[in-house]
Amino acid sequence: MEHSHAEIKKHVRKYIFVFVALMALTVVTVAVSYLHLTMTTAVIVALFIASIKGALVAGYFMHLISEKKVIYLTLAFTLFFFIGMIVLTMSSISDQVMMPHVS
Amino acid sequence: MQIPYTSEHHPETGLYNAKLGIWLFLASEVMLFGALFTSYILLRMGAPTWPHGWEILNIPLATVNTVVLIASSVTMVMSWASLMMNDFKKYKMYMGITVVCGLIFLVIKGFEYAAKFEHGYFPSTNNFFATYFTLTGLHGLHVIGGIIVNAYFWGPGSKMWKTEPQRFVNRIEVAGLYWHFVDLVWIFLFPSLYLL
Repeated sequence: MEHSHAEIKKHVRKYIFVFVALMALTVVTVAVSYLHLTMTTAVIVALFIASIKGALVAGYFMHLISEKKVIYLTLAFTLFFFIGMIVLTMSSISDQVMMPHVS
Repeated sequence: MQIPYTSEHHPETGLYNAKLGIWLFLASEVMLFGALFTSYILLRMGAPTWPHGWEILNIPLATVNTVVLIASSVTMVMSWASLMMNDFKKYKMYMGITVVCGLIFLVIKGFEYAAKFEHGYFPSTNNFFATYFTLTGLHGLHVIGGIIVNAYFWGPGSKMWKTEPQRFVNRIEVAGLYWHFVDLVWIFLFPSLYLL
C-alpha cells in the first residue's frame, strides 16, 4: 500500500475538519435563506457557498487535490462541455429577447 | 478471464482501471445532471412567475437530509480509511452507518413526497414541481443505487477482504467516489430548489 498508517491518520483528521466545515456551511446557507435577499444576491451567495462545499467534498473526500493528471484532464474536458452546454442554452434566451415578435 | 489492473496501477495512467472508469462515469453524470440543471435555469428565467422553494417545500426536513447525506459521506471515507489501516471491524461499522444514513435520507424524502402528493402536488402540476420531482427523483435513484452497492460491499462483497485485500480497498474507494458525487449533487440541489 502506498500510504502509511500515520498518513491515513492525518487524512482522518482532515476528514473530520471538512465534516465540521460542511455542517457549518450548511447552517450558513439555510440561515442566509431566511434573510430573503434580492434574487441576484441570494443566487450568488447560495451558489458561492455550495461551490465551497462542493470543492471540499471533491478535494478531500474524493481526494482530488492529490490525483493523477489523467483525472484532471478528464475533468477539464468535462468542464469545457458543461460550460458549453450552459452558454449555448442561455444564448437561446437572448435570442428570444432580441426577437420578441418572431413566432 | 483475468481483469487487468484491478489492484496494481496501469503503467500509462498511474491508476488502477476502475478508478479511471468511475471518473469517466462521473463525468457523464456531470453532463446528465448538468443538462437537467440547465433546463431548470432556462425554465425559471423564461417563466413570468416562479414560486420560491421555501414557500412550498419543507426546509427543515431538507436541512436534516443534507446533514444526513454529508454525515454519510464522512462515514464512507472513514470506511475506506479504516481498511487502509487494516481495521476491518471499523470498516464494517462505518460502512453500516453509511448504508443506514442513505436509508434515512430516502425515508425522509419519502415523507416529503407523500406530503406533496397529499396536497395534490404532482410533476404535472406546474413547471416548478416538474423540475422538483425530476431533479430530486433522479438524485433519489442515485441514492438507491449507492445503497445497493454499499450494502453489497458491507455484506457478501466484503469476503474479498480475505482473498484480495488491495482490490477490495480499491472497490471501496470507487464506491466512495460515486457516493461523494451523489452528496455533491445534493449540495447544489438543496439551495437551488429549496432556498431560492
